Amino acid sequence: MAKFDETPIVKTPAVAGVLKPPDLREGASASVKCWPSKPKDTSQIDLPPERVPDWQTRGVAALGDLLEKNQALRVFMDICVRCGACADKCHFYLGTGDPHNMPVARAELLRSVYRRYYTAGGRRLPQANNAAAFDEKMLELWYTYFYQCSQCRRCSVFCPYGIDTAEITAAAREIMCAIGVSTKYVTEVVAKVYQLGNNLGIPPAAWKDNCEFLEEDVQEQTGAAIRFPVDDQGADVLLVPPSADNFANTETMIGYAKLFHVLGVRWTTSTYCNEGGNFGLFLNYDNLKKVNNRILTAARMLGVKTIIWGECGHAWRAGIFTPALSGPMEMFDPPYPYHISQYTAAMLRRGALNGKLDKSANDDKIVTYHDPCNPARAGQLIEEPREILRACCNRFVEMPASTIREKTFCCGAGGGMLTDELMPVRMAGGKPRAMAVKHTGANFLATICAICKAQLPEAMHYWDASVEVGGVIQLLGNALKV
Amino acid sequence: MSTTTALWALFSAALVGLSYFAILALVIGLAWRLLGYLRTPMPLPTAVTPAPTSDAGAAVRVAGDVLIFPALFRADKALWVGAWLFHAALFVILTRHLRYFTYPVPGISVAMSSVALWAGYLFGLAALYLMWRRLALPRTLYLSGLPDYLALILLGLIAGTGILLRYWAHVYLVDVKAFTLGLLTLRPVSPPQHPLFLLHFVLALALMIYFPFSKLLHAGGVFFSPTRNQPYEIQKRAKR
Repeated sequence: MAKFDETPIVKTPAVAGVLKPPDLREGASASVKCWPSKPKDTSQIDLPPERVPDWQTRGVAALGDLLEKNQALRVFMDICVRCGACADKCHFYLGTGDPHNMPVARAELLRSVYRRYYTAGGRRLPQANNAAAFDEKMLELWYTYFYQCSQCRRCSVFCPYGIDTAEITAAAREIMCAIGVSTKYVTEVVAKVYQLGNNLGIPPAAWKDNCEFLEEDVQEQTGAAIRFPVDDQGADVLLVPPSADNFANTETMIGYAKLFHVLGVRWTTSTYCNEGGNFGLFLNYDNLKKVNNRILTAARMLGVKTIIWGECGHAWRAGIFTPALSGPMEMFDPPYPYHISQYTAAMLRRGALNGKLDKSANDDKIVTYHDPCNPARAGQLIEEPREILRACCNRFVEMPASTIREKTFCCGAGGGMLTDELMPVRMAGGKPRAMAVKHTGANFLATICAICKAQLPEAMHYWDASVEVGGVIQLLGNALKV
Repeated sequence: MSTTTALWALFSAALVGLSYFAILALVIGLAWRLLGYLRTPMPLPTAVTPAPTSDAGAAVRVAGDVLIFPALFRADKALWVGAWLFHAALFVILTRHLRYFTYPVPGISVAMSSVALWAGYLFGLAALYLMWRRLALPRTLYLSGLPDYLALILLGLIAGTGILLRYWAHVYLVDVKAFTLGLLTLRPVSPPQHPLFLLHFVLALALMIYFPFSKLLHAGGVFFSPTRNQPYEIQKRAKR
């Protein structure tokens, strides 16, 4: 595995609260690229199987189309003053030092093409106006650096105009999709969703098996008969977890089940749609919509009263889109869309869990909380997970203020980057988070995102932060007396 | 009629023409750009959270962004000081300049007289700081292109000539006002025969023409940033 300069960027994050920008290392991560997509996957998700012959014209036209459809993109193309306030806020820049990973420089990759084809100055005097043609070299830069952005929006928090690089990265990826340039990882995952209902490709039978196995497991541990219902027609609640909760993060799955069991709620998962995480977000609008529609379809099929989104960051980003993207949700009980953290916090506030929690069950843990990007910066979920943790853990510590809440650092693998070939960039991007975790002395890192739960153990190990990673609901489950 | 007089008449006419062109470019250009933003839809909710949950709250958030640059404060304290002083001084200077274009002069323009002196110097100093920062930090040096320097140089030159006009090569207010009011009342007269004033004036016209087609558009665009002006009102709340 290629390694980057490992001088810790954050030496004393809490004291200084400042992350020192690294030296510029041009091209430091230029060779780290995603594997290209394969026709077997693209054919299932309405994408060209390979780069189309007239890709330049079609790419430029796709950009023009997006400029007419997306106000954020249009405004963000014009108003950046290149003050550099965002430059040292990106974990990938902090980790790699590659100047193209400064959010503003990343956005300039798209802006320079915009200026070349959609502004008078850029058309006539490209060089004087920082305009550049959409050519082979530019496409190579796009493919590399728009897949070294996890769309975490941290830069937007520090931009005086709120310019959101996630919006720009998404547009560039959408354009690349239109001309037949996409990545194996993302297309494979979306194709699996259409085939089997989830990102991991777990077939319905295996999903049911896993649930039965978990039932036995919990019975053995606690002696209680806690159910993990699947496709329960007429249940009140449809839980849409990330599929990893049924497979890798089973402790989180057990947490949901214990919570619903204690509250006496009839809930279910669906084998038609047992995935919250929406990889359409990393591809294009059409797939984003198609994947998201499946949640409402599953809910209608099972006749549930309400849908609860599980612990998954990108699920929640798509989740809050649902009424605008997938049609009205009036047939469900409000509030909607509804997140498991909001639901749990509401139950705590209402006193539904009074006397049912034994905080000492988590006393072996010093817990700190990692805000996943999308819940914190897109989904207004900042207080709820903390409320839950305070209710179920005696020892809860916060990371330095400059690295949590809306200023949280990405785990380093969101936005369609959780794939092995990007490992050097993922580890570099995980550095600021790892430094902040180390600073707390915590031994348990709780979070509410399946991608974080997959990336953080590797990143923490890489940067020698000895913590266990798990879900917030997992800790609640530990403390629940069943 | 001597050659000099003829040339001057020609120059006057050209300057008057350029003035009207600049006014039209600024007004029409700005309207065209901002209406373009206004008519472009934003299909999905995109507020960066934590966000206000009402339209009024979102308006307050945008007003805060425009007046005190909180995001920049979070990002870089030194840059915040420089940028805020730069913009505040520019506001004072522009307000003070209203007296050249209005009769009677509005109260706010009169009230600024005591601070206008300092605002001029402050603006120049802040512009120098912003230029120094661009060149001094490796990352901003990497980012900066010709348009970035051009905007600062243009504003700096306008400020420099303005300060000189005020404190060194004085130009008569009456002459200036006759010229500017003539332009605004569509009865143009000859400009004052004062080279430094003419330079200051032409540079300002250049800025007006450049404004809608450059990054200076951030002044209007900031109101249209969906991550900041959208309230977070996604979840329907109801009694259960």
